[in-house]
Amino acid sequence: MLTLIGILIVVIGFALRVNPLLVVTVAGIATGVAGGLDPVSIISEFGRAFTENRYMGLVWLTLPVIGLLERGGLKERAQQLIARVHSATTGRVLLLYLALRQITASIGLTSLGGQAQMVRPLIAPMAEAAAETRYGKLPDKTRHLIDAHAAGVDNIGVFFGEDIFLAMGSVLLIKGFLEQNGISLQPLTIAVWAIPTAISVFVIHAVRLMLLDRRLQKQFGGVGK
Amino acid sequence: MIRLELVYILAGLMFSTIALLEFLDRNNTQRFRKTVFWGIYGVTFLFGAVLPSFVTGCLVIMMVLVTGLKDLKRSEVGTLDETQRRDNAKRLGNRLFIPALLIPLVTFAGTLTLDRINVHGTPLVAHKDVTLVSLGLSVIVALAAALYLLRQRPVDSLHEGRRLMTAVGTVAVLPQLLAALGALFAAAGVGSVVAGIVNHVIPVNFTFGVVVAYGVGMALFTIIMGNAFAAFPVMTAGIGLPLLVHLHGGNPAIVGAIGMLSGYCGTLMTPMAANFNIVPAALLELPDRNGVVKVQVPTGIILLIVNIFLMYLLAFRF
Repeated sequence: MLTLIGILIVVIGFALRVNPLLVVTVAGIATGVAGGLDPVSIISEFGRAFTENRYMGLVWLTLPVIGLLERGGLKERAQQLIARVHSATTGRVLLLYLALRQITASIGLTSLGGQAQMVRPLIAPMAEAAAETRYGKLPDKTRHLIDAHAAGVDNIGVFFGEDIFLAMGSVLLIKGFLEQNGISLQPLTIAVWAIPTAISVFVIHAVRLMLLDRRLQKQFGGVGK
Repeated sequence: MIRLELVYILAGLMFSTIALLEFLDRNNTQRFRKTVFWGIYGVTFLFGAVLPSFVTGCLVIMMVLVTGLKDLKRSEVGTLDETQRRDNAKRLGNRLFIPALLIPLVTFAGTLTLDRINVHGTPLVAHKDVTLVSLGLSVIVALAAALYLLRQRPVDSLHEGRRLMTAVGTVAVLPQLLAALGALFAAAGVGSVVAGIVNHVIPVNFTFGVVVAYGVGMALFTIIMGNAFAAFPVMTAGIGLPLLVHLHGGNPAIVGAIGMLSGYCGTLMTPMAANFNIVPAALLELPDRNGVVKVQVPTGIILLIVNIFLMYLLAFRF
């Protein structure tokens, strides 16, 4: 029971907005101590898992390129492009990206997207531009909301698209686990059952994006088109 | 053979350069702490494979301590102002998109081909490393394209890289730290404790109740662990298999697939899934660290409810 103290530290620490790196590290040490591990083992386990998961840090390799392109005006170019498409609204831009992301993920092309590769440099500026072309300069709070939605769409698209791809890690994990417990299934059998959820999330989120458009229209659309 | 370690070394060199640039900037606030932070992060990439775990662990803890109670402040890195960027945009036109799109395209092309090319009988890249090595390759290709098309100096890419990396800030290492936390959770047996608690409150014979317990349990566990893959074995071994599949006769493919997806609903709603939720908030420079989570929560909750009904209606019929 005491081992749950790590969870408590994380919840309280995140809620109080303490430095998250510190919160997680303290929670880890506390969990290790509560679990009866000696200090050397705790620190070694920290180090081992940190090193094993180095691949998570590789996405930052894209930053010099993206930074250089932004210096060259990438965001501004994306905005100029969107401004020419008269039917573009924030909701429609994001819905199109959601569809693209989900469909490409479902056929295994999960690299065609990503927060550093697509959302920051292209999708978020385009979504913002679609609104600003219609309603003029937006307050910061609204721009941040649109950016958050852009990030959300990338996540939702990849999460609920990739499970349909039968060679994806999640499908293989399910297959492997069931096999260990005596149930042998083909990956395709598992993957097809991700389709109802995939369709559901697209519908649910499409509605939310349309509601976002309506909210923007109501808030800023005084002389809207 | 191109080993994954080469890509890690590339990353390590990048972080070390950022650390150096932080140090050389005399006007940088918290200069020494920032240099130590990014320097240690670079070291974990460069020497992670050869350092003993204990040493890496100590380095990581040092890296965290140097960020202090309130975290490090942003660095001011000069770049072009909006007018200059807009002029650049008009001048360069759609050529700007080429390097940007090269990253996903070369990554994809590499994933398809690099492990099939054989040099002296061995594949060029090991199958398990193919995606990450392709990513590393795509960055080099895209950088070359960007330098050529934009006629910038290579050193500008380092300055811009520093600008973006320090804008993201120290939360860049949070995904790896959370993975380490997950490992400690596993080592301390947190999973079985949580599964035990959930098992206590389930009405074992009431099918819909068990479905709810499994779905909500997957989501909740994922919210705690930040990772549905960690939740899946625990919840499915505790509830999914024994109760839904064996006791109530549910189809294991449906229970498994929709169970995992219920976990993903949890991933949408937790700051613990750092690379999906905290990292983009930092990348987009949102003032609210939980901005992305907040936007995703309504969809997460509605979808979880839909998933529970989908499982209940489908798993016992097919």
